[in-house]
Amino acid sequence: MFELLGIPPQVLMGQLLLGLINGSFYAVLSLGLAVIFGLLNIINFSHGAQYMLGAFVAWMLLEYLGINYWWALILVPVIVGATGVVLEKLALRRLYHLDHLYGLLLTFGVALIIQGLFRNYYGISGLPYSIPSQLSGGQNLGFMFLPNYRGWVVVASVVVCFGTWFVIEKTRLGAYLRAATENPTLVGAFGINVPLMIMLTYGFGVALAGFAGVLAAPIYSVNPNMGADLIIVVFAVVVIGGMGSIMGAIVTGFGLGVIEGLTKVFYPAGSAVVIFVIMAIVLMIKPEGLFGRNN
Amino acid sequence: MKKTVLGALTVASFGLPAMAQDSMDVTLGVLNDRSGVYADLSGEGSVVAARMAVADFGAADKSMNVEVISADHQNKPDIASNIARQWYDQDGVDAILDVPTSSTALAVADITAQANKILIDSGAGSTQLTGEQCQPTTIHWTYDTAALAKGTGGAVTERGDTKWFFLTADYAFGHSLEEETMKIVEESGGEVVGSLRHPFPATDFSSFLLQAQASGADVIGLANAGGDTVNAIKQAAEFGITQSGQSLAALLMFITDVHALGAETAQGLVLTEAFYWDHDDETREWSARFEEEFGSKPTMVHAGVYSGTMHYLAAVEATGSTDGDVVAEWMKANEFDDPLFGEGYVRKDGRVIHDMHLYEVKTPDESTGEWDLYKHVSTIPGEEAFLPMEGSGCAFANEG
Repeated sequence: MFELLGIPPQVLMGQLLLGLINGSFYAVLSLGLAVIFGLLNIINFSHGAQYMLGAFVAWMLLEYLGINYWWALILVPVIVGATGVVLEKLALRRLYHLDHLYGLLLTFGVALIIQGLFRNYYGISGLPYSIPSQLSGGQNLGFMFLPNYRGWVVVASVVVCFGTWFVIEKTRLGAYLRAATENPTLVGAFGINVPLMIMLTYGFGVALAGFAGVLAAPIYSVNPNMGADLIIVVFAVVVIGGMGSIMGAIVTGFGLGVIEGLTKVFYPAGSAVVIFVIMAIVLMIKPEGLFGRNN
Repeated sequence: MKKTVLGALTVASFGLPAMAQDSMDVTLGVLNDRSGVYADLSGEGSVVAARMAVADFGAADKSMNVEVISADHQNKPDIASNIARQWYDQDGVDAILDVPTSSTALAVADITAQANKILIDSGAGSTQLTGEQCQPTTIHWTYDTAALAKGTGGAVTERGDTKWFFLTADYAFGHSLEEETMKIVEESGGEVVGSLRHPFPATDFSSFLLQAQASGADVIGLANAGGDTVNAIKQAAEFGITQSGQSLAALLMFITDVHALGAETAQGLVLTEAFYWDHDDETREWSARFEEEFGSKPTMVHAGVYSGTMHYLAAVEATGSTDGDVVAEWMKANEFDDPLFGEGYVRKDGRVIHDMHLYEVKTPDESTGEWDLYKHVSTIPGEEAFLPMEGSGCAFANEG
């Protein structure tokens, strides 16, 4: 059996698959950021807090109302997305004509407030959320034991990512959206309610974060800081993919998950920085990102 | 008296009317993490514990006017140092309590010694506090990494799980916990088959866990803390690591972490604690009162703040002084018999010697409530649990 740098192929295969699974989270989260930035020009720093909100709302639905994981998967994005709509309507809307920096500061402040509130009420240690019984257990693939839930995460993420890409890039609704960001006045003149469309788009981006939160709840610690830990990496993914590029966010999300996974085998201590090293290299060679359009 | 404190400080005054002229003013400062990763295991709960101690001691009847104040050190040594200086120099604080995070505890220990006050540390784990960086005015109450390593490392190896693989958080605390446990494992006849440093903090442990699984070890030692430990255990259950015959040993884990995991995920886990609320009638009675005030069960850190405060107030009453050297001398000369920690004493180097306990997390069937989480495995006598004073590197304790 051949070995690559002393790593048996079974281990390598396992790590590639694990990388793909982590990449699923990066992809869904960075997709939400890319949609919001690409169509609204808002750098949504509260994305991590909204992801955390998704996991907490799933926990609350189960704890207080007895609503299970599958319903949460549908309800949580709607609820979290609705909070995004409210935020857009009350605050973000007033910042569109200003510099990016103002949107960034506002969303960052909102993130701190949300995290602070949850820390105050639920503490920092986290809350238990079980894997749904239909997805417990796993498959022995020969080279590794794949928990059914992880397999589900990959499938769900791929479906959601490409569904989103399809709607924005290939449908009439997506065309309106893209046109509205290019020239809102003109699109409005055709009788399309641009402010409503922008508001719903932000809500949709936030719903994606909530969706990722539900996916994460059974396998990661559900605590108020879970988003803050992840958001910086996700921003790096978006920058590497090209700010605002939908396909860029998806492909780099999965790709960087795999690269990070491999780093964990060859040099575990470096796995925290590898994404940022790649970001630095990409920014030096192609400042607009791998899939970014140079405008 | 109007007291101006930094905006970040929360002042919890223990309102007693001004007593006669001979009454004694004592101010206790609870300095810990009130918003970060250790806020649940220390935080406001430690303030509640300190206030309970003041009330239970009956300070008011003994002409002692005791005030408890608190502040958030955010786990940063520079912030902790600034608050400690201000408390000692301007606010008349006589003793600082709790101080989790070893780096902040070591910084506060030095300032306390310079000011000739008292530090009763409950939340930090570094053996340095009573080792090379010891101070005559430091009392280290609840636990340290050596006692945890001794409890969990020793017990698991002697149970027959002799081959260890370590998953270690890549910073000073993780390295020292790993090193101390490795030593105990090898002394107990075990073998270390591998170890792996993971970034701190880490969210996904699946890759590291699979490498640990492939090592063929009997037990995976988690030399990390807080959210890292919780994530690692959650994912080990998911990947069927425990079902496949390997066991997990958490080297630093508090009941708040186990509560976060739930019995379903954490069952079978072995860990060492100095205090568990359901240990005996006295701990149950105290914990029920604590829960009534605070809303959840106490951790061993909370319990340590309570016991430390009781012993401190006894010293102040007996000596009639709040002078650091005088109080420390009395605390070390007099043993205590405590409802929470049992019989114990403060060693010359400031290490508090009391029993430690090895617990196993109950299965969901055994657990009757959300906090009914541990079953008692064994007691490690204090003399065995903590490092001996000789060779600890504490200069003032070992001379003459």
